[in-house]
Amino acid sequence: MSEPKIAADGVNFYYGTKRALHDIRVAIRPHVVTAFIGPSGCGKSTFLRTLNRMNDLIPDTRLEGSIKIDGQDIYAPSVDVVSLRRRVGMVFQKSNPFPKSIFENVAYGLRINRIANGRADLSHRVEESLKAAALWDEVKDRLHEPALSLSGGQQQRLCIARALAIKPDIVLMDEPASALDPIATQRIEELIYQLKDQYTIVIVTHNMQQAARVSDFTAFFWLGRLVEYNETRKIFTAPAEKLTEDYVTGRFG
Amino acid sequence: MTRSLVERIIERALFLSAALSIFVTAGIIAVLLTETLAFLAEIPIMEFLFGTVWTPLFADQHFGVLPLVTGTIVVSAIAMAVALPGGLLVAIYLAEYARPGVRRTLKPVLELLAGVPTVVYGYFALLFVTPLLQRFIPDLAGFNALGPGIVMGIMILPLVSSLSEDALGAVPNGLREGAFALGATRLQTSLLVVVPAAFSGISAAAILAVSRAIGETMIVAIAAGQQPRLTANPLVPIETMTAYIVQVSMGDTPAGTLEYRTIFAVGMLLFLATFALNLVSNWLRERFREEYV
Amino acid sequence: MTSRYHADRAFAVLGLLGLLAALAALAALLLDVIADGAPHLSWQFLTSYPSRFAASAGILPAILGTFYVIVLTALMAVPVGVAAAVYLEEYGAQGRLGRIIEINIANLAGVPSIVYGLLGLGLFVRALSLGRSVVAGAATLALLVLPVVILATREALRAVPKTLREGSYALGATKWQTTQLQVLPAALPGILTGIILALSRAIGETAPLIIVGAVAYVRFVPDSLWSPFTVLPIQIFNWVSRPQAGFAANAAAGILVLLVMLLLMNGAAIFVRDRYQRRRAA
Repeated sequence: MSEPKIAADGVNFYYGTKRALHDIRVAIRPHVVTAFIGPSGCGKSTFLRTLNRMNDLIPDTRLEGSIKIDGQDIYAPSVDVVSLRRRVGMVFQKSNPFPKSIFENVAYGLRINRIANGRADLSHRVEESLKAAALWDEVKDRLHEPALSLSGGQQQRLCIARALAIKPDIVLMDEPASALDPIATQRIEELIYQLKDQYTIVIVTHNMQQAARVSDFTAFFWLGRLVEYNETRKIFTAPAEKLTEDYVTGRFG
Repeated sequence: MTRSLVERIIERALFLSAALSIFVTAGIIAVLLTETLAFLAEIPIMEFLFGTVWTPLFADQHFGVLPLVTGTIVVSAIAMAVALPGGLLVAIYLAEYARPGVRRTLKPVLELLAGVPTVVYGYFALLFVTPLLQRFIPDLAGFNALGPGIVMGIMILPLVSSLSEDALGAVPNGLREGAFALGATRLQTSLLVVVPAAFSGISAAAILAVSRAIGETMIVAIAAGQQPRLTANPLVPIETMTAYIVQVSMGDTPAGTLEYRTIFAVGMLLFLATFALNLVSNWLRERFREEYV
Repeated sequence: MTSRYHADRAFAVLGLLGLLAALAALAALLLDVIADGAPHLSWQFLTSYPSRFAASAGILPAILGTFYVIVLTALMAVPVGVAAAVYLEEYGAQGRLGRIIEINIANLAGVPSIVYGLLGLGLFVRALSLGRSVVAGAATLALLVLPVVILATREALRAVPKTLREGSYALGATKWQTTQLQVLPAALPGILTGIILALSRAIGETAPLIIVGAVAYVRFVPDSLWSPFTVLPIQIFNWVSRPQAGFAANAAAGILVLLVMLLLMNGAAIFVRDRYQRRRAA
């Protein structure tokens, strides 16, 4: 494989003295969807959050090992965390639109990173992002209404539009559809499939069928360790590890 | 990178605003200390703390602070005699007995008592409560400790009741249920199980109330009198520490004189007393929180 | 067996009576003040100056003095208080220095207001030579209400959900951008309520301003930051202290004006809180 987009090596992560991740080693490819699966508490969300250093916000945490994006160690002291987060976007499990208008939600990332040149460019980019998130048609006539007036599924797509607006390289999604009904979930999954041409997507999910439907590669986590990482097809039909096989066939979890 | 420079400047500015509070404390201590030390350079500390006559503004000067202290204590004691049993009674009632509707409507009204400016209470004490008491106690002087003491108690009652209610509420329901299961009435459960369990929380409330009473100024300045008197008699005019400070400030005592410094010496005593009481109250409240949270 | 239940019922009645007695005292106070003061309330009263003659004495300098002092107090206490709360809540109460500052503020909240008066006298009036002026009085009150503003603002900041901050950081916002553009706007209603409550406390304060030298026989309206002044509670205090019978009525009328002011301010606080709560829910 040519240069991996994200390369983690020997990653150990601690909440205080408690070790949550043990020696994680994984290389994530560009322009594919990679799924992290595993039972609750296995560390998949924790590992996801190390990729954009969101764990920095939690006091008393520590990371050992290296995580490189495009060959550069993102935990090096000289790294500007704020620019890192511009390149690595995140969509959260429970949608968290800002208590502002739909337009302002998408525009926020553009404003704080000073991306747009003037009002017209800003509006254009907002429209582009809403279209990319398959939300434009539903909201184009009410851009200035409160974001909180949207349905759950629409709010999540808004959060995706918001993340896409600043044109990240990588989009991290932490169980993006777990709080949504099946129809909304399906729309999100279709969206993920469409987005992978332009972005590298890493998605955490506890729903194995979703991982099987949506992802190209899958990493199975168990008790803070990476048990197996391979093409999704192989993980679900011919896993190499017994633990993986037990999990994907539903023997536990 | 200018964004991070701006970030750092802003963080500095915010920090300085927070650190200002330390300067306030330092300022209080500095002001009180310098003037008190200047005062004690002329008046021996033993005479100040243990002397029984306080006449700094008369020709024949004496600087024994005890009459002000007893004045403060007498008024505060009367206030506590009203606020503590009353506040605890109301707290137990609201926490263990009252229906939610009663609680919701009457509790905010009770809080109003705490919001009335003290000068209004002073008016009430002097021109309503004292005359009312005089009908039953003919010997009661126009300025006395009883009227303002009672009014102060009423003012502090919501503080005691609110903090005690919090303490009672923090006691886990399991304790109550255990008592009920043994056949105890609500009264027995409240008095014999819940109140003892909430004891340190309630004590914290009581001590805070005492601190509040000691530091209270306007009610006593208006209604208690300006006659420092070493007595436990609540029916005669007295003067409290706080009222003395007001008295001097209303007059023309020039700055830098011994008489001027007396208000800082008395103020220092007041500050130390309330500070100590607040510390004890906080310590009790922390200990209570550790037990039940 | 039945006597235990009698005792129980008796206690419930006693508790209710205690509560009602406290409320009755409040009612007695209000009725007394209204009875004494309402007849004396008049436009003439509100627009005249104090006088040796009870009947013609008015409250104008006191009302204006209160207004000026409160505005100045707000201008000083609000920016510093909100900034301090933002620092403690968003930037670092974790450090040891942060903890010390927190404990310090909690202690300051319990210091008697008269001690703040002594601080104001020693620091503002004398050391900084501001004299017995409006600005010295306002600075003293600002220090007095600072802990209240800080505590109320912290509560408001704490009520803002963490997910809001996370969403902002994840888009590459800095801490200050997040605070300024997301957290503070969301916390604004709570902060405003806290400020209004702090100021209503300041309006009723008497002792610190007496110490700082607000005089009670001010026959003019304060015309600059450095001019002498009086405030409503001090005017009331002055009238209550006069033995002549007529002044008691003045004091009562003044109290009514003060209570109306407080009512308006607390009403504003409740209005702000309700309006923003309703907007949030929509």
